[in-house]
Amino acid sequence: MALIEAKNVCLGYDGHDVVTNLNFHVDRGDYLCVVGENGSGKSTLIKALLGLKKCSSGHLHFLEGLKQNQIGYLPQQTAAQKDFPASVYEVVLTGNAGKKKFFGFYSKNDKRKALDNMSILGISELKNKCYRNLSGGQQQRVLLARALCATESLLLLDEPVTGLDPVATEDMYDLLYHLNRDHGITIIMVSHDIRAALRYSTRMLHLRGSQLYFGKTCDYLSSEAGRIFMGGEDNA
Amino acid sequence: MLDTLVLMFSQPFMQRAVFGGIVISVCAALLGVSLVLKRYSMIGDGLSHVGFGAVVVASALNFAPLAVAIPVVVIAAFLLLRLGESSEIKGDAAVALVSTGALAIGVVASSLTTGMNQDFNSYMFGTILGLSKSDVIVSLAVSIPVLILFILFYNRIFAVTFDESFAKAVGVKAGVYNALVAVLTSLVIVLGMRLMGALLISSLVIFPSLTSMRVCKTFRSVVITSGIVSAVCFLFGICASVLYDLPTGASIVISNIVAFVIFWIVGKIKNS
Ligand SMILES: Nc1ncnc2c1ncn2[C@@H]1O[C@H](COP(=O)(O)OP(=O)(O)O)[C@@H](O)[C@H]1O
Ligand SMILES: [Mg+2]
Repeated sequence: MALIEAKNVCLGYDGHDVVTNLNFHVDRGDYLCVVGENGSGKSTLIKALLGLKKCSSGHLHFLEGLKQNQIGYLPQQTAAQKDFPASVYEVVLTGNAGKKKFFGFYSKNDKRKALDNMSILGISELKNKCYRNLSGGQQQRVLLARALCATESLLLLDEPVTGLDPVATEDMYDLLYHLNRDHGITIIMVSHDIRAALRYSTRMLHLRGSQLYFGKTCDYLSSEAGRIFMGGEDNA
Repeated sequence: MLDTLVLMFSQPFMQRAVFGGIVISVCAALLGVSLVLKRYSMIGDGLSHVGFGAVVVASALNFAPLAVAIPVVVIAAFLLLRLGESSEIKGDAAVALVSTGALAIGVVASSLTTGMNQDFNSYMFGTILGLSKSDVIVSLAVSIPVLILFILFYNRIFAVTFDESFAKAVGVKAGVYNALVAVLTSLVIVLGMRLMGALLISSLVIFPSLTSMRVCKTFRSVVITSGIVSAVCFLFGICASVLYDLPTGASIVISNIVAFVIFWIVGKIKNS
């Protein structure tokens, strides 16, 4: 059964719809890429999946047992964090902040999980470093480790490679591929890099007003949306 | 000089000032870390002016000043935090609007009523050396819950301060913690007005965290250092004011400025 299923979902702000009639589903182990131009509503869809935003019509159905606060989330980077004094370990621990516990205190288990996830992402030796002094790629790994603390099953990423140099971008993609294939983590990633989406994802969702394409990645290029994309490439 | 200080600190009014002042300074510094990092520094300033306006109007109408000021400031804090999020009036403009408006109302109210100069001055510039026993008890009654709540919810406050949208996504009720910080800040500011005066209280909120951020690299060390810096600056300021007969509130702010410069230089040396 599908982990998440969208039926005729419409999303918008102040009565104006940004995207309409979304029908898609995400299965366990999928790697779904959401593509589309700036302003096509990708971040808005992520907010809806996180339960931070209501659908203006339609319905998002979550599989029984997948609580919305068990979703690991990697937000689009904000400028406010640039000069924030915090150690890597402090940031990763906040992945556990949503769990029901005695006030906000972290348990032994929370701390072990943070350390484990830091070692999965290869940032153990950065533990006591200051977050703001890290490179863009390292910061994204820290935020990814934090997201993994919040979930065992599903990661939502909003443009995780924006602002990274080409090497760090490749690293990030490899890392996500590894998490998906070897750790069985379902991934939903927003991106406007269609080429990378084609290489790594198993399914694609292309937004433009409503949904231009939803289906297997391998069928994308032969679809209408794929032809538009290829046409755009030729003209560029 | 030492003799003078020993003599001063043996006086009950001085002991009350030090006791009340330190607890309020530490509370202001802790809350300040979160406010400064969320780019809400000016809210402390705005709230102190609202508090001033409320107190002056209340005493003009013969109401108990604190009983009026505390709810008014709490409401203003909610409005400012809410306005900051809406796009109609941008956050900094909203704060300036409310802050100057309240100040003007206070000044007009005090000029309409005669014989208020004493009160006017004391709320503008503070009367720390004139704290009564009940002032100290009220300060403690507010500060101790502030400290306890801050420690209990420290991790959640950090999570919300660092990344509100992530915190919301994992199920932290960010609105509740924002409101908590707003209410605690309002309380500390209204009480702080008695010590420092409306003009200077917001420096107690802002300076210590900015100072500790020059040197400290983790959130926890920023919070702890802010509290310590704030208490030490308070002591230096009050000693200087007694020894050299300077205005107390301004002396405390100046000792905060000195601490900031020292930490700034240390930070520069450490990083180079
Ligand atoms: N908080 C908001 N209030 C009103 N409109 C918004 C808000 N956030 C986004 N929008 C609008 O919704 C549209 C989609 O935005 P977004 O989902 O961020 O696009 P994307 O992530 O695909 O670039 C844009 O036209 C944007 O202007
Ligand atoms: Mg976006």
